[in-house]
Amino acid sequence: MIELPTVLADEAPKATGTSLFRRLTKNPVGLGSLIWLALLVLTAIFANVIAPMDPNAADINAVLAKPGGAHPLGADSAGQDVLSRLFFASRYSLLGAMLALAVAAVFGIIGGLIAGYYGKWFNAVSSWLTGLLMALPGIVVLLAARSVLGPSLWGSMAIFGVLLSPAFFRLVFAAVSAVRNELYVDAARVSGLSDARIIGRHILTVVRAPVIIQAAMITGIAIAIQAGLDFLGLGDTSIPTWGSMLSDGFQQIYSNPLLMIWPSLAIALTCVALTLLANAMRDELERSGGRKRRRRGAVELSPAEAEPIIVHDEIPDTEGRFGEELLRVDRLAVGYDQPDGSVKRVVHDVSLVVKRGEVHGLIGESGSGKTQTAWSVLRLLPEGGRVVGGAISFEGVDLADASERKLLGIRGKKIAYIPQEPMSNLDPSFTIGYQLVEPIRNSLGLSKDEAKAKAIGLLTRVGIPNPERTFTAYPHEVSGGMAQRVLIAGAISCDPDLLIADEPTTALDVTVQAEVLDLLRDLQRELQMGVILVTHNFGVVADLCDRVSVMRNGRIVETGPVRSLFANPQHEYTRALFDAILEEGPPRGELKEPDLVPIMTESVFLPSNINKGVVL
Amino acid sequence: MLTFIIRRLLAGAVLVVVITTVAFFLLYAGSGNVARKILGNSATQAGVAEKNHQLGLDRPILVQFGDWLTNALHGSFGDSWFTGQPVNDAIASRLGVTLTLVIGATVITAVFAVVLGVWAATRRGWVDRIVQFLSVLGFGIPGFLIALALVLVLAINLKLFAPTGYTSFSDSPSEWIKTVTLPVIALAIGGVAGVTQQVRGSVIDALRQDYVRTLRSRGLSTTSVVFKHVLRNAGAPALAVLAVQFVGLLGGAVIVEQVFAIPGVGQVAVTATSQGDIPLVMGLVLATAVIVVIVNLVIDLAQGAINPKVRLS
Repeated sequence: MIELPTVLADEAPKATGTSLFRRLTKNPVGLGSLIWLALLVLTAIFANVIAPMDPNAADINAVLAKPGGAHPLGADSAGQDVLSRLFFASRYSLLGAMLALAVAAVFGIIGGLIAGYYGKWFNAVSSWLTGLLMALPGIVVLLAARSVLGPSLWGSMAIFGVLLSPAFFRLVFAAVSAVRNELYVDAARVSGLSDARIIGRHILTVVRAPVIIQAAMITGIAIAIQAGLDFLGLGDTSIPTWGSMLSDGFQQIYSNPLLMIWPSLAIALTCVALTLLANAMRDELERSGGRKRRRRGAVELSPAEAEPIIVHDEIPDTEGRFGEELLRVDRLAVGYDQPDGSVKRVVHDVSLVVKRGEVHGLIGESGSGKTQTAWSVLRLLPEGGRVVGGAISFEGVDLADASERKLLGIRGKKIAYIPQEPMSNLDPSFTIGYQLVEPIRNSLGLSKDEAKAKAIGLLTRVGIPNPERTFTAYPHEVSGGMAQRVLIAGAISCDPDLLIADEPTTALDVTVQAEVLDLLRDLQRELQMGVILVTHNFGVVADLCDRVSVMRNGRIVETGPVRSLFANPQHEYTRALFDAILEEGPPRGELKEPDLVPIMTESVFLPSNINKGVVL
Repeated sequence: MLTFIIRRLLAGAVLVVVITTVAFFLLYAGSGNVARKILGNSATQAGVAEKNHQLGLDRPILVQFGDWLTNALHGSFGDSWFTGQPVNDAIASRLGVTLTLVIGATVITAVFAVVLGVWAATRRGWVDRIVQFLSVLGFGIPGFLIALALVLVLAINLKLFAPTGYTSFSDSPSEWIKTVTLPVIALAIGGVAGVTQQVRGSVIDALRQDYVRTLRSRGLSTTSVVFKHVLRNAGAPALAVLAVQFVGLLGGAVIVEQVFAIPGVGQVAVTATSQGDIPLVMGLVLATAVIVVIVNLVIDLAQGAINPKVRLS
């Protein structure tokens, strides 16, 4: 029926009306709209004072008079003064829109509150009614009503109000359903407040801001549709409205187009002002909401916290397990553009080296910058993020400065990526097979059949029991563990030199974790890949890594071969990580050989665990 | 799949029946003294009674409804009270023109909204700001004002297009283009504005999804990820808005047809409304409801085609 932009209640913080109003007056668009609307309301109220003439007084001598003299804006085809009619039309057009708004608000808000709060059958009935109201274009319903009721501004606006009520209903219903089970509402109920009090106090505050925004949109739509009806000549001719003036002007479009301009301007400016006002309110609400969200980001750091990195002694690679140097990250810094133009750094001075066949663990708590470091190597930082300092040298190419075109030749083929959360990393709209075949064909230039054969081979290799069926399945049809195997298959599909695995087992069940780790170890040895393994689990480090760097607050604090670092953790933070494991895990013996390191997959390291033992 | 279509068709049929029933009782009960209106004030009381009898309005309303329903099920929706023309003919002969405008506007809406929405969402910066600003304007200004402006500037002053009238495609394709271009643009602008916002928002959301990063990590370019994966995932919400938009366009066509003097259903609707020609109004309500149900079904099927999770039932 009528398209309304969605205003989500949860986007809107509990801004009070007054603070929103104050913020709007500082927003130029919002202020402009408010001033226009205020002038309009004043015009409507004082129309009979400021209008020079009776709007319906027809003067046969003034028919289609040009502007000037007694008629500042001229006169219409009946010899009525255009300026006076314009003033009175503001009154009636606004009153009509207000009536529609009031009806829509009463039906929509009350219905939404009751349906959302009490749910059940009321909800079903109202939703069905809403669907019914939405099934016909508003103007068709109004035309049908007009054919029975005759021309009536108030009648048609009241009916239109009913048609618009779903806009409020859905908004309030969604907000109330979400809030109904919130603890503070339960608490209010337990403390003996009546339902009416709870609705008034706790629930209306949540929906107030979005309802105000919706009201502005609805007023604009009501003004537009009412002008449309009058323009069609179906309105009450005894009442001056913008639409009827427009209709009269349209008859004179060849001889006197100016008559059409004034009501058009009034309608257009008012509708645009209301839309802009609604947008400005939403922007203001989102901006305050956004600030809160950003505050939860990575930890802000003062430069003073930079401390020397503890570097452990190298253990000579006597067995020749590692090949040439693949990746050298040198003093990498990653920053995010802030709305105020500044750049917030989340990774500082990170340096690390990965050789062929070597697994380099990055360990640290959430927000320590390990994932940011991993993404920078792929140059796949989220929006607003970029490498702001340092160099990333991969097989002689500087990735930090490389063009997107150059990166396309490296990603997938040379550097591959295994994400953390398997389900969200597969496109739900495409089959698993398609998502494997597309990059294989793109990178290796294989035919469709060759790529399919290769994909099925890969699925078999990563231990998927029925590869053909998985190939044709959609992501929602497989388990998380299977999805992670699919992602691993995708990562190794082009035989990469370097693999970046971002907490590849965190989202999986404990039993599946061990299998996936085994698979990763096997594939790493088989393909002689260098690996950056991001984890917060020392068990995983012990299990897979040759080298480990401990990250905290965007910096590496301690780094070295796993054996040396496990034998003698020096930084207090590293020790805190170990202590946190010891609290829950079995006691550790002295470390001599890497094989003796107990696999502590069960003692998942979480920041909450550190805080138990050690004050950071 | 078949059960899904049948179920949706049944639900649609129920909706149409409910709408027509409600409309019938409201319209016929409120129609007042139609015979007097048709015959004029000079008619005698006996003449009015005779006319009422002739129209069947002297029977109980339930009988009238049963009669209407029986005829409707046989594909006949009665005759116009004022012209005597069968309602089917009056609407069918005009529906094509209106659907041409509405479908044309829908296609333009879809194409422009996708292009502008994707452009704004992927470029951001000033492109985004301009697209956003224009779509707020396009959304705010009522479509018939845009139609009036187009007529005044492009048709009357610059004489690029025909200001009024309609030439059918089979008569003269070039004239047809001249007559439909402005109405279609006028109808489409509001839709483009609304759907562009939706596409922009969905594309921005889709771009933030984890799988986009993963696909890019496999060496796919941003462009190919956007056009294959992001657009497909952004498609569902955009289609939903397009469906709403289509219903809105059906309404908008009534006014736009009036501006351009196009002989579509809108003109029939306005005449029938101002006369109180109830059988014709009933027919229009019914036709609109059926079109809306069909459009919603088509959109649902399209949703199923792009979203495998919906395809299940």
